[in-house]
Amino acid sequence: MSQHIGAPCSAVVAKGDRVLVGQKIADTEAFVSAPIFSGVSGTVKAVEPRMTIAGSLDPCIVIENDGKYERAPGLFEPGHKPEPSEYVKIIRSAGIVGMGGACFPTHVKLSPPKDRVIKWIIVNGAECEPYLSCDNRIMLEQPDEILKGLEYVLEIFPQAQGVIAIENNKPEAIKILTERNKNPRITIMPHKVKYPQGAEKMLIWSVTGQEIPQVPALPADVGCIILNSRTTWQIWLALTCGLPVTERVISVTGDAVVEPKNLQVPLGISVRELIGACGGFNEEPLKVLAGGPMMGLAMRSLDVPAVKGTSGILALTKKTAYIAEESACIRCGKCVEACPMHLEPTLLDHAVRRRDYATFEAHGGMNCIECGSCAYSCPASRHLTQSYKNGKAAVMAERRKAAAAKQPAEVKK
Amino acid sequence: MSSKLVVSTSPHVHSSFTTRKIMASVILSLIPAGAAGVFFLGFRSLLVIITCIAACVLSEWLWQIIMRQKRTVSDLSAVLTGLLLAYNLPPTIPLWMAVCGSVFAIIVVKQFYGGIGCNIVNPALAARAMMLISWPIAMTTWTVQGVSGPTPLAMMKLGNVAMSSATTTSTGYVMPSFLNLLVGNMGGCIGETSAILLLLGGAYLIWKEIISWRIPVIYILTTVILASLFGHGGHFPLYEALTGGLMLGAVYMATDYTTSPMSAKGQIIYAFGCGLLTALIRTWGGYPEGVSYSILIMNIAVPLIDKYTEPRVLGAPKSNFFKRMEAK
Repeated sequence: MSQHIGAPCSAVVAKGDRVLVGQKIADTEAFVSAPIFSGVSGTVKAVEPRMTIAGSLDPCIVIENDGKYERAPGLFEPGHKPEPSEYVKIIRSAGIVGMGGACFPTHVKLSPPKDRVIKWIIVNGAECEPYLSCDNRIMLEQPDEILKGLEYVLEIFPQAQGVIAIENNKPEAIKILTERNKNPRITIMPHKVKYPQGAEKMLIWSVTGQEIPQVPALPADVGCIILNSRTTWQIWLALTCGLPVTERVISVTGDAVVEPKNLQVPLGISVRELIGACGGFNEEPLKVLAGGPMMGLAMRSLDVPAVKGTSGILALTKKTAYIAEESACIRCGKCVEACPMHLEPTLLDHAVRRRDYATFEAHGGMNCIECGSCAYSCPASRHLTQSYKNGKAAVMAERRKAAAAKQPAEVKK
Repeated sequence: MSSKLVVSTSPHVHSSFTTRKIMASVILSLIPAGAAGVFFLGFRSLLVIITCIAACVLSEWLWQIIMRQKRTVSDLSAVLTGLLLAYNLPPTIPLWMAVCGSVFAIIVVKQFYGGIGCNIVNPALAARAMMLISWPIAMTTWTVQGVSGPTPLAMMKLGNVAMSSATTTSTGYVMPSFLNLLVGNMGGCIGETSAILLLLGGAYLIWKEIISWRIPVIYILTTVILASLFGHGGHFPLYEALTGGLMLGAVYMATDYTTSPMSAKGQIIYAFGCGLLTALIRTWGGYPEGVSYSILIMNIAVPLIDKYTEPRVLGAPKSNFFKRMEAK
């Protein structure tokens, strides 16, 4: 029930209820959140904690599929043409979140602070990680819908120009989108193939030449809003057909999978079923990941549901996902060259390991985007990214503690 | 599925670079130059090379057994240290001295400071410097084809340089021809004679992305240009580059990961510093050769260079150098 960044939802259905495709099953009043819809029609079997992709027990709604796929009524009457002022509300009610993997609720992105002028709407077609190709498929198969979705967003921000940023290794997508685009406010911009091109800060830098100031600054601070291509498609679906998020395309791949595929599936489908649909495993996998190889989560079990942010399921064999033993840093500087945020990873790593979080913060550690480039390139196989995750968590915990210590003092006054 | 899945943090894939592979590539790229040394300076060179490598590996292995540390001999770094030290020795060096130098490099310079990645100066160079002070005569006796004589740099220092055998100098020594310098047919240390093979080795390492072009190119250019400006040795800029330990030092010693700066800016400053010091020592110093000491001095400056050349974090405000100095 937490398929997004922000407040978790609570169930609006109960055990025994019959639900339809596109029927809202969970919601909340909180602003930074998004409702969840059923991907199938059938009966609610349970509302209980189950294992999720993150490997923890979280509240889930279990629905038995009756295979009929009966649809619930849409978000608005058929034939109704929504006004631009209604767009953000409809996007919220359709449960749209960043479908690239981060799952930040889209309506929040589209409601920037009043004093920020949005100049750029960037559609991220730079597939964020190696192995994944679901964004490429949707750009190839539904280019008109993506262009239309972007036009809707441009209607909300009359001063903005639209950019669809695509990496050079997808020439077909660049070609088809360039051919179909008739809107002078939209440009298709090819980019170098370079990980992590799909990361927000890198993409803004490539497209606009602007650097986002250090955390906690947001893209809106430099006049940008970034949307994943699937998110843009979802906006088209919601505003044209009045349909919420009930499906997504998932890349099921990796060298342990017999026949890697991009599958369009209802949300909530189990990972085991996805792998079964691709012919199962040809070799015992060492790791099964949700997401890509650089930032994905390693899963404990295959019996977990795929959710809005599941861009890929990646099964890797021992050969690919081999974990080498850590050895001493030889100061080769490969991590410094690799870091897209221009940090010095090895310095931060040493600071975290001696729990010197002040040094970690002073050298910009909180800016780490956890892309994994440093750990990938490290010849000593040091677990650099893991170090920064720990460091960032420790600093955040300290900040919370400091804030909590401050509050009672204010109350006393 | 029978076995359990492994859960760990991202990233889940890794480049094929490992410490051992890097060391192996560097060793591989050094072999041609060593072979040339053995060819021109005689079979005894090979004996010195083998002695140094064996002594380095053994002392690291024994040290780690005695200290109950994790054995890291298999990362090949001790082999590389031994090889580089041997390349910095004259072929006539008594073997027991070579062993002393190797033990000093591994135990005192490397292990005392914490092992691989922690030494503050290059072990092979520090050992060479120690040996030069301890046994100055054995360390500076050069022979080529059985005839002993000064190195080209020493001749340049003396200032009586003849360019061909037709014009022998008062001392009777003849400057090797340009071609001989290039291929390595001259007196000198085992590994530093063949400039062309060292350059090829360096090109291989740059192509493999093991070292960056910055340090070797900037170091060599700085030395050549400055030494010419200082009027060293009668203006032979190319001779400057091809003689002595400059090639070996610039390509293999100054680029040692542990003892060179990590950022691009830092590497440029460091390489320039090496070049400047080498030119100064060659022109006005007491020694004919300045590469080892230049690199050692710049090694010690690396923490300072690293501190002031930390890259600006993406999105951080642009500040000028002096403001940052004040802030620190």
